[in-house]
Amino acid sequence: MGAAIEVKNLNVWFGKAQVLQDVNISASANAVTAVIGPSGCGKSTFIRCLNRMHETIPGARLSGSVQIGDVDIYKSGQDPVDVRRRIGMVFQKPNPFPTMSIYDNVAAGLRLNGYGNRQVLDQVVEHSLRMAALWDEVKDVLKKKSGASLSGGQQQRLCIARALAVQPDLLLMDEPCSALDPISTGKIEELVFQLKTEFTVVIVTHNMQQAARVADYTGFFLMGKLIEHDKTEKIFTTPSDKRTEDYITGRFG
Amino acid sequence: MRSRFQQGLDELKERLLEMGGMAEAAVELAVDAYTKRDARLAQQVFERERLINQSEHAIDELAVDLLAMQAPMATDLRFVLAVLKINSDLERVGDLAVNISQRALSLMQEPETDYPVDIARMTTAVSTMVRRALESFLSAKAEVGQAVLEMDSIVDRMKDEAFVNLVQYMKAHPDRVRGCLDILLIARSLERIGDHATNIAEDVIFWVSGDDVRHHGPRGHEPDLDAIHGE
Repeated sequence: MGAAIEVKNLNVWFGKAQVLQDVNISASANAVTAVIGPSGCGKSTFIRCLNRMHETIPGARLSGSVQIGDVDIYKSGQDPVDVRRRIGMVFQKPNPFPTMSIYDNVAAGLRLNGYGNRQVLDQVVEHSLRMAALWDEVKDVLKKKSGASLSGGQQQRLCIARALAVQPDLLLMDEPCSALDPISTGKIEELVFQLKTEFTVVIVTHNMQQAARVADYTGFFLMGKLIEHDKTEKIFTTPSDKRTEDYITGRFG
Repeated sequence: MRSRFQQGLDELKERLLEMGGMAEAAVELAVDAYTKRDARLAQQVFERERLINQSEHAIDELAVDLLAMQAPMATDLRFVLAVLKINSDLERVGDLAVNISQRALSLMQEPETDYPVDIARMTTAVSTMVRRALESFLSAKAEVGQAVLEMDSIVDRMKDEAFVNLVQYMKAHPDRVRGCLDILLIARSLERIGDHATNIAEDVIFWVSGDDVRHHGPRGHEPDLDAIHGE
């Protein structure tokens, strides 16, 4: 089951520059939330705050709280590595471990977490690749081919399978289709739609049609602020805020 | 803002207004054909209806192109959807103008009679509704559209009155039944045109405010059967 997200009064700074201002947002469990907005609006920073990845950047600072399921991920004493273990992330550019086989790519996270039982690994690898809609394409070459030998779309699905293998509560996707052709994009979108039965998904996208196609809820960010967050159909047909309207109709700026 | 897209939206608006003008003129011409008993005017309505149909095709095509090529969102999406629906309503107004013309031609075969229905008054009300609905589209003002919705029940009442009066008249003048039926069908067509003007106003309100106001008010008045039978 996916976990609900509750973000309260989130402020983020890189050095002296404040990049997120007072963001408050709730995302339902097992729903897809899209995050849209112009370049530099803070949307990638926002999702990186959901798995404490922003703090890997020197000078990054944060106030406020982020609750994933029943865990306050910024509570003092909370180990960021534990947090990231529960939250999968897929990036813009597919980044499989290039020298590892397809199998080892998917099993990597589990092995890091101490799972060594061959039978369990086999089952999880197959299940994850099936969930990522890649199993049929790679089942015969699992250990023969490296992750890097796959096409761009397959590599991205491999990265999704790798993220799913550790059974995260939440899957973050940062423009996962921006480097992919329309066919691969279609497969990933279909996948996102299916994954929400088991996971909560937050996806950053520049493609508003994609947000409209895959997301149950959409949040619009502008200059570090969450301007509007609502059901996707509401955002794309009758947004409440003029700034949202201007952005999605292309009248922005 | 994408200038090609904006040009497409502007063109769509311009063409729909042009078609609205054609539909409005066709109704007035059709009623003129009736009041002046002039078959040439009725003939002109048939010609205009062909132009309205052509216009409907062109607007549909342009709107579908914009949907497919520009993927409009929010107010633009609502605008294109409203245009598609208004387009269909205006085409129906053209058809109803033709119906009125056909009844006018039929009435020309009958002796000139003073029927107990004020078609001129009904036409004024209906034309005002169509004009205001188009004005609300031109000005993107939901409140102008709202005024059209309020007029609909007045026109419905006029048609109900026409029905009651004509039934009584037919009973008293059985030799005028055919003419009465023609007049009733004209009143019915005018009332339907009022309904299409209402639809247009509702679509404008949806475009401008995002509110779906369809089927919220009193609609579809039935004739007052007690008044007909209880004389």
